[in-house]
Amino acid sequence: MFRFIIRRLLFGILVLWLVSSTVFGLLHLSPTPVEKMIAGPRASAATVALIRHNLGLDRPFLIQYWSFLKNTFTGDLGYSYVTQSKVASLIADRLPATLWLVFGAAVLWFVGGITTGVLSATKARGLLDRVSTVFVLIGLSIPPFLMALLLLFLFFTKFGDWGIHLFQPGQYVSPLADPTMFLQRMILPWLALAFLIVATYTRLTRGSMMDVLSEDYIRTARAKGLSERRVVYRHGLRAALTPVITQFGVDLGALIGSTIVTEKVFGLQGIGQLVYSSIVQGDTPVILGVTLLTALFVVVANLIVDIGYSFLDPRVRLD
Amino acid sequence: MSLSELAADAVPADVEPTGRQIQGRSPFRLALSRLLHDKMAVISVIVLFLIVLFAVLAPLFASITHHPYGAQYPDTARDSWGLPKGPSGDFWLGADPLGRDVLVRAAYGARISLGVGIAATILSTILGVIIGVLAGFVGGLVDTVLARFMDVVLSFPYLLVAIVIATTFKPHSTWLSVLITIGVIAFFSFAAMARIVRGQVISLKEKEFIEAARSLGASRMRIMFVDIVPNLVAPVTVLGSLLVPTAIVFEATLSFLGVGIQPPMPSWGSMLNDADYRSSLWLLFVPGGLLLLTTLAFNLLGDGIRDAFDPRSERLITRK
Amino acid sequence: MSDEILVKVENVRKHFPIKQGILFKREVARVHAVDGVDLEVRRGETLGIVGESGCGKSTLARCITGLHSITDGRILFEGKDIGRAPDKAFRRDVQMIFQDPYGSLNPRRRVGSIIADPFDIHGTATGAERKKRVQELMELVGLNPEHYNRFPAEFSGGQRQRIGVARALALKPKLIVCDEPVSALDVSIQAQVINLLKDLQDELGLTYIFIAHDLSVVRYVSDRVAVMYLGKVGEAAEGEELYARPRHPYTNALLSAASVADPDRAERRERIILTGDVPSPIKPPSGCRFHTRCPKAQEICATAEPPLTVAAGDTAGHLTACHFPVELGERLAEAHAAIQQESTEPTLGVTE
Repeated sequence: MFRFIIRRLLFGILVLWLVSSTVFGLLHLSPTPVEKMIAGPRASAATVALIRHNLGLDRPFLIQYWSFLKNTFTGDLGYSYVTQSKVASLIADRLPATLWLVFGAAVLWFVGGITTGVLSATKARGLLDRVSTVFVLIGLSIPPFLMALLLLFLFFTKFGDWGIHLFQPGQYVSPLADPTMFLQRMILPWLALAFLIVATYTRLTRGSMMDVLSEDYIRTARAKGLSERRVVYRHGLRAALTPVITQFGVDLGALIGSTIVTEKVFGLQGIGQLVYSSIVQGDTPVILGVTLLTALFVVVANLIVDIGYSFLDPRVRLD
Repeated sequence: MSLSELAADAVPADVEPTGRQIQGRSPFRLALSRLLHDKMAVISVIVLFLIVLFAVLAPLFASITHHPYGAQYPDTARDSWGLPKGPSGDFWLGADPLGRDVLVRAAYGARISLGVGIAATILSTILGVIIGVLAGFVGGLVDTVLARFMDVVLSFPYLLVAIVIATTFKPHSTWLSVLITIGVIAFFSFAAMARIVRGQVISLKEKEFIEAARSLGASRMRIMFVDIVPNLVAPVTVLGSLLVPTAIVFEATLSFLGVGIQPPMPSWGSMLNDADYRSSLWLLFVPGGLLLLTTLAFNLLGDGIRDAFDPRSERLITRK
Repeated sequence: MSDEILVKVENVRKHFPIKQGILFKREVARVHAVDGVDLEVRRGETLGIVGESGCGKSTLARCITGLHSITDGRILFEGKDIGRAPDKAFRRDVQMIFQDPYGSLNPRRRVGSIIADPFDIHGTATGAERKKRVQELMELVGLNPEHYNRFPAEFSGGQRQRIGVARALALKPKLIVCDEPVSALDVSIQAQVINLLKDLQDELGLTYIFIAHDLSVVRYVSDRVAVMYLGKVGEAAEGEELYARPRHPYTNALLSAASVADPDRAERRERIILTGDVPSPIKPPSGCRFHTRCPKAQEICATAEPPLTVAAGDTAGHLTACHFPVELGERLAEAHAAIQQESTEPTLGVTE
């Protein structure tokens, strides 16, 4: 077990290093130099050179790379080229919006996916099963940004035309400051983000549940005369959830990176928008900071899943 | 009892009438005939055929309407407020905010979606199969390195890195942007294929028929191509068919964010970026509907293919 | 059968390393699958090898066919050391029939092409000649030659094993190693396949190494039988001799567990039930490997390894590796009771 955790940790560090180095290398390969993007198209050659020197971009590539690695290792993400503020504080400002977005969507998809999955597994081929199958299909096929656009079209534009102003997309508002506004802003993004993942979870839960329900020990439980409810929820669900939870951890980590689209469509100021605008502006330190953070999420989530797996499923022995 | 008697004795009773060749049906043909009996799969094929036709006929639409895909008609296609006009006799599916013909652009966009989706899938399948077979078959250090590489690629925040790559090489020509988009999608999709192929190869390698070939003195190359590769056809076809819709969504997302296919070439994703969800129904539903229809059809077809190859597998579509 | 020795196995060992490590894997232990085996196979005979699962008999088979490179020792085929990488001639002369008729045929290839594999690999027949010979082989093993174009999935288990036999015969080999060729088949089919193998041997003058865990099958096909336990040969003798006068306690236990057709004999005979599990081949017991479960074990058994030799009073071909060979008519239960007075740990349960 200990050996296993050490190995996973080392692998996580390897991933972090490779991801950030890839992005670092790519940004330095860019045909449009960062200093030109910052200085603007009309800046004089002298201004560009001055910016280049001030940002330390005139140093050799390896020296820049080394100082990036060293600073990152000590937890120093540097300063934004554009706003001159600390990258860490920029991220900290934007993180709540993204975390709330991911958290809400995760609750929706986890609860929604498992409920639909269990119901359609226990009544396989029933009406609910078939309806959920259609939704699963659409969820698997639809691009997230299209889902977001369609939700906006229906619940914002059309509802607005009909005089219903339930959902108001816009900037992130803290739930502590204004809970109503918070919900108005967040519900549509949650739905958009959760919709396609609910589909996967419904399918996963349904498949896993059907497998478990055909096991001998479930038949034994039924033969003992236990109520169907008890059989399904006490004996079945517990075993069926293991693969679902594994997937949940993996997705939760990966989701941070894919909030870019949702945030853009709904105009939420999270780290997705931050990194998107930074990429457009050539703000290298911010891009690297966000990249590291998202990669860290993926790595930590995977680690937790791997370790948690051995507690959930007594048959799994890690070595 | 002599051997010939023994042989005659053991010939099964179901000897066919003489002169007829007894041809076993290959697993591939069996799968095909099963697929043809799958209603949803057949409908998907028809839908996809129509979309391909739509894409192929794009220049025809342009010449009938006299609207090339890049041409703007700010005066005739927009009303006095400067808003794009809806479907009319001149602009069958309406116009976009720049006054371009949505129908013609959607048809050219179909070329991009299908072309990029299929090209990226083929590229990532080739990459995935080569790397997967190499890792699984050679084993040892090669396998360790390649397997780790796949794991690393799979744990990349891929959308973010894809955007960085696409922006870094922000190409000035449309065709270059198409190539880069295909490359980016293939790079982030091959690992899933490679991982599955590797697993298959490793489990195949333990099979007794491989030992049988080895004991006959077959070379490694022969074992790889005669004994292993044919067994990969089914899983690779299934996964490949399911990769197409993923690649199409990927392309649409990149183009929607403005880092995929570059103008003047239209793509469904970039058309949706132009879409104004607040006013124009056709701007959202023409490219959006086509996109959804295409990915739905590919997913249904892929599901049908999986079922045809392995009738016991868990299906997406539950049947009565 | 002649006295000419076709295969000589000398002190062969095959160890599988177990590797572990975080970054760099190093060997932490090894499985002693085959650990010092000496055997001889004469031209035209059938040598049966029996033993429980995990005793190393399949590994030994794969060493003899050159599928595993051996860790130590020598294997001589027609007097020539096969070495690390067996040559093409060896591959032609030595063939193998596998246990699992489902796993040993590539499901994606037509039967004709599977049987023709040896021809393709060794370039001995092509075109119409190749097809003619495949169909002859199919007829020889009792398959309808018209089923040339079918896939393995269209055949039953017994028919599939016949396909495996046909493939093994294609190059007219001198030796065929049969690794439990019938244990995956229904009992009714087993007899057919075994009779086929016996008839083919008479017709073509083949030499077999026949591996099985079923004693009655081995008795029926074999001229000589070797009994393996934990990677070593415990006893080897002519078939009838071994079944009539087993000397090694392990052989006695194995034979007592086999079913007997005659109920009177079955009632009279002693049933020896070994207790405990087969020890791990990762850490085999010291001295005689069987001493942890042997009813006759004494101190010396744990320290000195008994050599495989002719025991007192046996014929020249009967080899036993035991310090205290069982005498004919000796009842192991009594031997056990006698020893139990000295040692407290029970190693054997006996039912009459």
